[in-house]
Amino acid sequence: MKRHIRAFITGIALMAASSGSWAMKTADPFLVKFMADKLEVANDTDTTKVWDVQLWAGKDWHKLWFYSEGESANGGTESENMLTYSHPIAPFWDAQVGLGWDVSPEVDYSWGVIGVNGLAPYWFETQAHVLIGEDGTLGFRGSFEYEALLTQFLILTPEVELSAYSGDIEKLGLGSGLSSLSLGLRLRYEIRREFAPYIGVQWAQSYGKTADFRRAEGVQTGDTTLVVGIRMWF
Amino acid sequence: MGEKGISRRRFITGATVGLTSAVLGMRIPVALAEMDHDMHTSHSMAVSGRSLPPIRNGMHDQGVADILTGTEFNLVIDRTRVNITGRPAWATTINGRIPGPVLIWREGDEVTLHVTNNLDEDSSIHWHGIILPFDMDGVPGVSFPGIKPGETFTYRFKVRQSGTYWYHSHSGFQEQTGHYGSIVILPKEPDPIAYDVDYVIQLSDWSDEDPDTIYAKLKKQSDYYNIKERTVFDFFREVQEKGFAKAWADRKMWNEMRMSDRDLSDVTGYTYTFLMNGASPAANFRVLYKPGQKVRLRVINSSAMTFFDFRIPGLKMTVVAADGQLVKPVTVDEFRIGVAETYDIVVEPQDEGPYPIFAQALDRTGYALGSLTTDPAKLAKAPPMDPLPVLTHVDMGMAMEGMGHGGHEMGDQRSQGVGSHGGGHSMSGMSHGGGMSMAGMKHDMTMGDEKVIPMDMNPDLPQVPLPIKKGPHTTMWAQNPQYRLNDPGPGLRNNGRRVLTYADLKNFYPTAHWPKPEREMVLHLTGNMERYMWSINGIPYEEADPLEFIYGERLRVTFINDTMMNHPMHLHGMWSDLETGDENHIPRKHTVIVQPGAKISMRVTVDASGRWVFHCHLLYHMGGMFREVTVVDMKRKA
Repeated sequence: MKRHIRAFITGIALMAASSGSWAMKTADPFLVKFMADKLEVANDTDTTKVWDVQLWAGKDWHKLWFYSEGESANGGTESENMLTYSHPIAPFWDAQVGLGWDVSPEVDYSWGVIGVNGLAPYWFETQAHVLIGEDGTLGFRGSFEYEALLTQFLILTPEVELSAYSGDIEKLGLGSGLSSLSLGLRLRYEIRREFAPYIGVQWAQSYGKTADFRRAEGVQTGDTTLVVGIRMWF
Repeated sequence: MGEKGISRRRFITGATVGLTSAVLGMRIPVALAEMDHDMHTSHSMAVSGRSLPPIRNGMHDQGVADILTGTEFNLVIDRTRVNITGRPAWATTINGRIPGPVLIWREGDEVTLHVTNNLDEDSSIHWHGIILPFDMDGVPGVSFPGIKPGETFTYRFKVRQSGTYWYHSHSGFQEQTGHYGSIVILPKEPDPIAYDVDYVIQLSDWSDEDPDTIYAKLKKQSDYYNIKERTVFDFFREVQEKGFAKAWADRKMWNEMRMSDRDLSDVTGYTYTFLMNGASPAANFRVLYKPGQKVRLRVINSSAMTFFDFRIPGLKMTVVAADGQLVKPVTVDEFRIGVAETYDIVVEPQDEGPYPIFAQALDRTGYALGSLTTDPAKLAKAPPMDPLPVLTHVDMGMAMEGMGHGGHEMGDQRSQGVGSHGGGHSMSGMSHGGGMSMAGMKHDMTMGDEKVIPMDMNPDLPQVPLPIKKGPHTTMWAQNPQYRLNDPGPGLRNNGRRVLTYADLKNFYPTAHWPKPEREMVLHLTGNMERYMWSINGIPYEEADPLEFIYGERLRVTFINDTMMNHPMHLHGMWSDLETGDENHIPRKHTVIVQPGAKISMRVTVDASGRWVFHCHLLYHMGGMFREVTVVDMKRKA
């Protein structure tokens, strides 16, 4: 894993060095964008802290794209992470390929990842990735988000996230078939474009074998929480 | 909510008005005689014996420019602390001010300009619209290596034209930070335009943000500065007006294509303060006149990104020149001035005024404002801004039947036939539009040559083969681009005013004898707004071979705009003779606006050897939508 990360970092450095040096400003500078789509606290009994962040670095045609999504409650932290190479394949779509790793207090689990990130017709911001687990299990993780402008700065964001797997991965507590579905609705106010506090409601439900695993552990299979958080990027 | 950012800025600016004293326009000498008398032709001295105003707190005074005249000039490029919005910021200035000095040249003179670069990076000055040897053109990496920090470069060339022009940096994004000024060239022959007083009105867009930051933001979130985007309530209103099915159907194409009908400007009043001769609206630039005087205003758009809709409510404006070149006077209420264009107008206020000189940004997020007044203490107020323009299917280069849903504006209908029989249509556009006026004329000596010679707008010419690259970097290719010379553009169609269009521009002198084009080059203006990537024929500058023009040829260049925004295309070193449908009145331009989804053609007499450039003048499009031009001599080659 570490070796791969080092290779990616070297890649970034090389891309940065190759920025054009025309008298004209290059149209394609090396840029880095960090986006925390969600940094929030839920009103459940554990006051769960949730993050959903992305970082990309690169130029128009070649980017490294890092995703991390997870939650922390009662001192335990679980996360799903991906590091991908991202390349435009259509005006509104990037294809992405890379590695994923799920981390929980007990286990680490690695995936190969292939997917797309882009803007679907009707302005749905879409991330859809197929994962190939270290034991051969296939997974799908997708998120679809829409931004409804109430005003130029007050923005309502419905979001659907779902995951599904081809088989059981018991150590992660994931079961075959539709594993989880969550619906979110967040209302943010952009004080600046880059900085927006929000409030929202999040409904999540586990299904099938995943729900069974959770029940066996004595964890809820679904709940609805109110959230408060900050969306920011730079 | 959308106004929030602006009103706050305006408040702060308002608070600083007391500090910004002299925003009085300085008169351009009307004739050479006056110039010799008043100014002793010495270089670097202010008009009317007025010395430079004192620098206050290290800040410069808004709206104060120097007028320099003579044949030898010293220009110094500096990094200067300025305060335009109420907050201090860094600017790039010429001789310490924004804009830099008004340079007054005389047609026929040889001018020498010593340009010193005090920045810690390379700089340059390009003389926009000036016909000169290519190594004096000021494009780093093409005409010359650029001016290194601490160096002085001397430009020297013969002035072969007259009229209103401007100059600016061609290095990086320096132009956005204040590196521009104006040029007035007095004609050798008596000017056929009659006027009593003469002023430069140089419009620009200022941001306290660093231009590299602006560009990075556009690359990270291309609608960052769009504060007039559609909201859900716009949709609810449309549902109420036309029912859900119709409202949904109208949105369908836009939603499927992931394009916005409110995508008017990439950078807006969210960050920009719009300036008139360097003065913010709060500073309110002043032009003085006496009732009954003919006032000539030389309007220059030196913005990085902003198109302005210009009017002086209460006065008719007679347009007498476009891009420095005389046109048959045409009287209008309003004109749109694209980035890098210039228009000379004459107005004749009969009473005391004051009249607002009002230039609203195309995206209606702000305006530049000045006062045409008899008393510097009497200031005009800005009129309300016009409604936000909304783009239609026509602006996407779609077929006319597409107009059934969407905008359906008569302005589009009017333009429909222009492609097939341009000449006739442009004339009819003029006759019921308010027509031509001789108001600004001294003599009617050219009245004899009114003959209109219809132009073949679809000539069968040998095509210059050029590569085209489609892909993720190009969102759309216009399906049915039309000549829209009679179309004043989104937001100005049928607004109840007589608005200038390109069809109204008629060369002051007959052009029937000008050669016909022999070859045609089609350039698609392409891009992806979402990714903020711009190109020509789908190929960005960094990957493109130079365009080859053949020395001595008459070349037809046809632009097709495959994007949803205006692109002001500027060819260096040679005139852009605009096809407006009349062979006998071809206007000469240096910057040609290609409207969204439209096509337009121009002719170039390739009479300037060397290396030139041809590019979109929107500063943040330029890196991609840019070409080097090589003029090849076939005789020498063979």
